Amino acid sequence: MRHLLDTQTLSYDDALRILDVAEDMADTQRREVKKLPTLRGKTVVNLFFEDSTRTRISFEAAAKRLSADVINFSAKGSSVSKGESLQDTAQTLQAMGADAVVIRHGSSGAPRTLATSGWISAGVVNAGDGTHEHPTQALLDAFTIRKRRFGADSRGRDLQGVSVAIVGDILHSRVARSNVWLLRTLGAEVTLVAPPTLVPQDVSTWPARVVYDLDEAIAAGPDALMMLRIQLERMNAAYFPTEREYSRRWGLDAARLGALRADSIVMHPGPMNRGLEISAEAADSPRSTVLEQVANGVSVRMAALYLLLAGAERDADTTDATEGSTR
Amino acid sequence: MNEVLLFRGALVEGAGAADVIVEDGVIAEIGPGLSRAGATAIDVDGLVMLPGLVDLHTHLREPGYEASETVLTGSRAAAAGGYTAVFAMPNTSPVADTAGVVEQELALGEAAGYVTVQPIGAVTVGQKGERLAELGAMADSRARVRVFSDDGFCVWDPLIMRRALEYVKAFDGVIAQHAQDPRLTEGAQMNEGSVSAELGLAGWPAVAEESIIARDVLLAEHVGSRLHVCHLSTAGSVEIIRWAKKRGVDVTAEVTPHHLLLTDELVRGYDARYKVNPPLRREEDVLALREALADGTIDIVATDHAPHPAEAKSCEWSAAANGMVGLESALRVVQQAMVDTGLITWADVARIMSREPARIGRLAGHGTPLTEGHPASLTFYDPSPRREFTTADLRGRSMNSPYLGRELPGDVRWTLHRGVVTVADGAVLDTPGVRA
Repeated sequence: MRHLLDTQTLSYDDALRILDVAEDMADTQRREVKKLPTLRGKTVVNLFFEDSTRTRISFEAAAKRLSADVINFSAKGSSVSKGESLQDTAQTLQAMGADAVVIRHGSSGAPRTLATSGWISAGVVNAGDGTHEHPTQALLDAFTIRKRRFGADSRGRDLQGVSVAIVGDILHSRVARSNVWLLRTLGAEVTLVAPPTLVPQDVSTWPARVVYDLDEAIAAGPDALMMLRIQLERMNAAYFPTEREYSRRWGLDAARLGALRADSIVMHPGPMNRGLEISAEAADSPRSTVLEQVANGVSVRMAALYLLLAGAERDADTTDATEGSTR
Repeated sequence: MNEVLLFRGALVEGAGAADVIVEDGVIAEIGPGLSRAGATAIDVDGLVMLPGLVDLHTHLREPGYEASETVLTGSRAAAAGGYTAVFAMPNTSPVADTAGVVEQELALGEAAGYVTVQPIGAVTVGQKGERLAELGAMADSRARVRVFSDDGFCVWDPLIMRRALEYVKAFDGVIAQHAQDPRLTEGAQMNEGSVSAELGLAGWPAVAEESIIARDVLLAEHVGSRLHVCHLSTAGSVEIIRWAKKRGVDVTAEVTPHHLLLTDELVRGYDARYKVNPPLRREEDVLALREALADGTIDIVATDHAPHPAEAKSCEWSAAANGMVGLESALRVVQQAMVDTGLITWADVARIMSREPARIGRLAGHGTPLTEGHPASLTFYDPSPRREFTTADLRGRSMNSPYLGRELPGDVRWTLHRGVVTVADGAVLDTPGVRA
């Protein structure tokens, strides 16, 4: 893999390879000494144009456990806030010898622009771009679903026959988009549950079913129910009337948790708005995978960095999943 | 201007071959087998002769944004594309909303000498949509402004739009509307549809254009005014214009070359060269626009030539500027989308790219018949070659063309502006009027 920009163009083989390598990485994280020498001498830059402490420290932990040198470059207080362009920032990182750039950016497509501009030769990992994609989040979600389902026997398996309902602000969610494509690639069935205002105007090309009623989605007995964080500022743009009404219709409260099939899992990418999209009962129940998702995130990001930086040297003939047809 | 030029073998609007003698800025003679002692003979055998092209929608950026384009560089690009007149949009700095600024624009065009630069006046002061600009003063100025537009912004307030439509009747003016509901397009980045849903870019819905056009044709009908709609981009807009024309509303409409050829699928790579307002739409919109241009529902092609410096495009999509340069490529794109597809003839091209834009803009001396005594503003165009469009084809200051690297048909060989050669044998002259 040269870059990891999205899951829409990620092949089945590459997706499965990342998940399987992540299993290996997870195994190493159970040892007393967690650090591997694999990426010694490599420099990973966390280029964060948006605040995201969780994602940044997850990537930082992943890179450090592989012995890479990590530079955290956050837009706040840096030259970026003084009007420096993405191009100048990228070329600066290139001059400093970055081997991989993990980028979080508020503008959809910025990681692709970075990867295809010729400004930089480093591999690019998308750590969330605008309302487009967040591929490592989807990979860690898939890893978590697979782990809950198959346990130690997860390697080599896809998600054929698994049903996942994603609930919340689909329109603005990069997590939802990345999950829709990746889950489809892995064979799962996806249902999107949202107020009609928070579904994109035309999702006819998406491999997903859309329903507006959370109870209907729960009654269908999904294997995983993924609750998305709702941004309160959406209320001001008339996407829904009030927090209370949103919570009543699309929140996972205790009653809905009770109606959920007994072996279904409850997922959330964090940070959670307890009492809004997810109740404390749901968040803290044994069916909640919230903390597993965080732990698995480090393993999946280790796998991605490994395949970008070490994997390229070991099998140079690997086809590039992320540079496929852009149609 | 004493040189007499004899063009031999031109296909007049793509039809029968004829020779043309140009003398003292006019067509002195036109017909088969002409000769004239002392004339410089130029072989244009097989080239299509068109009345010099007229662009009703050009951004020349001067005054204020000279890093993107100047009147000189923009009119040179126009000549390279076969144009002999351009209407300059008023979104300069300062905005062309007074007689002083439009007269300055006119003078800059005259000094450049490549094409007739006809200023367009702003409808409202500063294009802010709040108070009418001094439309009458601009009309009475030396620039003789007849087209008024807040292009880049919609005249959104229905009452201001109504008053503007009414007011310009006093001097046979027309309001050229940039139809875009501002509320429905807040933060919009591309056409709203399946592609925007996948790319996670905020959508610019077709209804934001169509609802304004629907309102405006009803207003124009109510007050008996002339309305021109800029850059139609959707199939729904076509239906509304068709309906309005059937009712007898005095409305005209334009389409850009890029909306006749390119679709929102191109946005998938987040290459900001494809970022434009109104945005690239779907394939079915492109086909509807072509059909409407062929059947006369859409009256003209206008470029919306919008130059931007490299840094305004070489960045992430949402930070990039809207707009594409289009003067140098327009005729070639129209050939590909409309002529080579069999939808229209070269005589139609003369109508939609010269005569009608001149008529809508009330610009005398352009789009005139190709007969004796009329101004020798002419374009000789070779439709036969097919080659890649490159930066060498761009003669303005900015390189933000969506066609770079794309194969296009055709080649502008000669352009004459009132008898003055501006493009000779495919090369734009450094100083118009002085032939190498």
